[in-house]
Amino acid sequence: MKSFDYVIKDELGIHARPAGILVKKLAAVKSSVTIAVKAKDKSADAKRLMAVMKMAVKQGDTVTVTVEGEDEDAAVAEIEQFFKENF
Amino acid sequence: MIKGNGRPVYEGVAIGRIYVLSKEHEITNTKCSDIEKELERFHQAQEKAKEELGVLYDKTLREIGEEQAAIIEVQSLFLEDLDYIEGIEDMIKSGSDAAFSVHEIGDAQATAFASLDDEYMKARATDIRDISDRLIRILTGADQSFRMDEPGIIVSEDLTPSETVSLDKDKILAFVIRQGSSNSHTAILARVMNIPSLIRTDIDIDSALNGRTMIVDGFEGNYYIDPDDETMAQMLEKKKSAGEYKAELEKFRGFESVTKKGQHVSLFANIGSPDDLKYVISGDAEGIGLLRSEFLYLGRDDFPTEDELFEAYRKVVETMGGKKVVIRTLDIGADKKVDYFNLAAEENPALGYRGIRICLTQRDIFRTQLRAIYRSSAYGKVAIMFPMIISVSEVRAIKEFCAEIVKELEGEGVCLNPVELGIMIETPAAALISDLLAKEVDFFSVGTNDLTQYTLAIDRQNEKLDSFYDPHHEAIMRFLALIASNAHKEGIWAGICGELAGDLSLTDEFLKMGYDELSVAPSRVLALRKNVIESEV
Repeated sequence: MKSFDYVIKDELGIHARPAGILVKKLAAVKSSVTIAVKAKDKSADAKRLMAVMKMAVKQGDTVTVTVEGEDEDAAVAEIEQFFKENF
Repeated sequence: MIKGNGRPVYEGVAIGRIYVLSKEHEITNTKCSDIEKELERFHQAQEKAKEELGVLYDKTLREIGEEQAAIIEVQSLFLEDLDYIEGIEDMIKSGSDAAFSVHEIGDAQATAFASLDDEYMKARATDIRDISDRLIRILTGADQSFRMDEPGIIVSEDLTPSETVSLDKDKILAFVIRQGSSNSHTAILARVMNIPSLIRTDIDIDSALNGRTMIVDGFEGNYYIDPDDETMAQMLEKKKSAGEYKAELEKFRGFESVTKKGQHVSLFANIGSPDDLKYVISGDAEGIGLLRSEFLYLGRDDFPTEDELFEAYRKVVETMGGKKVVIRTLDIGADKKVDYFNLAAEENPALGYRGIRICLTQRDIFRTQLRAIYRSSAYGKVAIMFPMIISVSEVRAIKEFCAEIVKELEGEGVCLNPVELGIMIETPAAALISDLLAKEVDFFSVGTNDLTQYTLAIDRQNEKLDSFYDPHHEAIMRFLALIASNAHKEGIWAGICGELAGDLSLTDEFLKMGYDELSVAPSRVLALRKNVIESEV
């Protein structure tokens, strides 16, 4: 299991378009990916767009992304990169 | 040949092909017997929706802009969302039909988004409803979005205001509907558009009618489907003489509406949106006596912005080029409901929370509208009129609020012209105290439709009451005389903007009462002018 924490910088939080791109990207990942905002006690399967959006993650929230499965090493690096570029 | 009849709402003869406008299917929980097939149907609908959104995305990006296009893109993403899709599939697997499953899951997801404490996410509820509606349309076959390739006759159960918004009005030769009343939306539209139409017909609506030839005789109230040669010949003849009557009316174009003895009356037009301006011009109206505001609020998901309202009003005011435009503030409620107003269902909407009552309670709605109207005053001659008034105190509250808005706009440096403030007299209460109300306002406009409905206690939508309904009832005539006389005692002008104003058998009566203005369907102006000019009053 691999994970990383990330503080959301985008002023709109995790909004629809980048979330949609993320979900599409994750479709190719075999591992399970969970996204959580521990401070708000919320988590969702990161491959499910509406579930991710319903968390209503805002600017300044710290999210914890957890990846678990056979391709977790490669996947976690890629996802972290994506967060840095998009959120 | 099939012959049938209905009640004519506008005279004339139309001949053309039938276009059946079918209602959206009601979504009910019907069980499906072949689950595999139903899943397949759903997946096909999903593919089709995806294609449609792709096309819509390109079009939106090209014609409107990136921001709107991004919304379409989000919808495409939702259409592939696992929770959404799996939820629907699970319901289908449990035996529900696809349309119902989409409806239920879409509703649940939209509700979840709407309840989030985040404005951006809340707004996504609309996107979910939109894609669900799209899928349902495709699944129920209501999808063939209605299009007319050539001019034709619309055959339908009834038409709602939001349905007519999307019709290509240039191609409609006539309406033939099964329901409606002479004051219903379709009837009003037919009169504005100047097309022969029948309501409450005995027609069997079936999509097999599509493309067949129909004749509508708006004089007699008859229709003929697949007419024989003899009928066709007769009707062509009738159409020709109707054309001649119209040509005769043309002689009155451009003249002032003055009686032989020199009494002047302004003949204005009632319209429902800037789209109707062309009829105002072709009808030769001398101004606009009633510009309804409802069109700005119908057929959308959220309140219009001040700028949207302003642009619509400005267009009308500017096009009229200095001729008077009387704008009626929002008259929603009762039979014209709009979802996003979240109005509670009422036992008796005609006597309920509607018109000015909404505006005086929800001041933010009123403020936006008044600001837009006042801003449009800079482009011509604007008057504002308020519906559903019953008391002097309401009028004072409105005037105070208007003064506040004027001050606010002047403070912002917005250029304004003087604006007349008037009221609709459409409740018996207002008619009876019109002496008191006349001291408060610049003009009266009598809304005879509602005034008659309230005075006679007859619901205008209830067909069973038609035999009791007398538009010339003595009570109404006395009210009309009283209102005009009270207006003139205070030196203000009085007009009539209900359907009665266009009743040619009453023109002399109205002239005797001294009405200064009659506002009618644009197509009625020339006939009315002929009456005025030839009047002996």
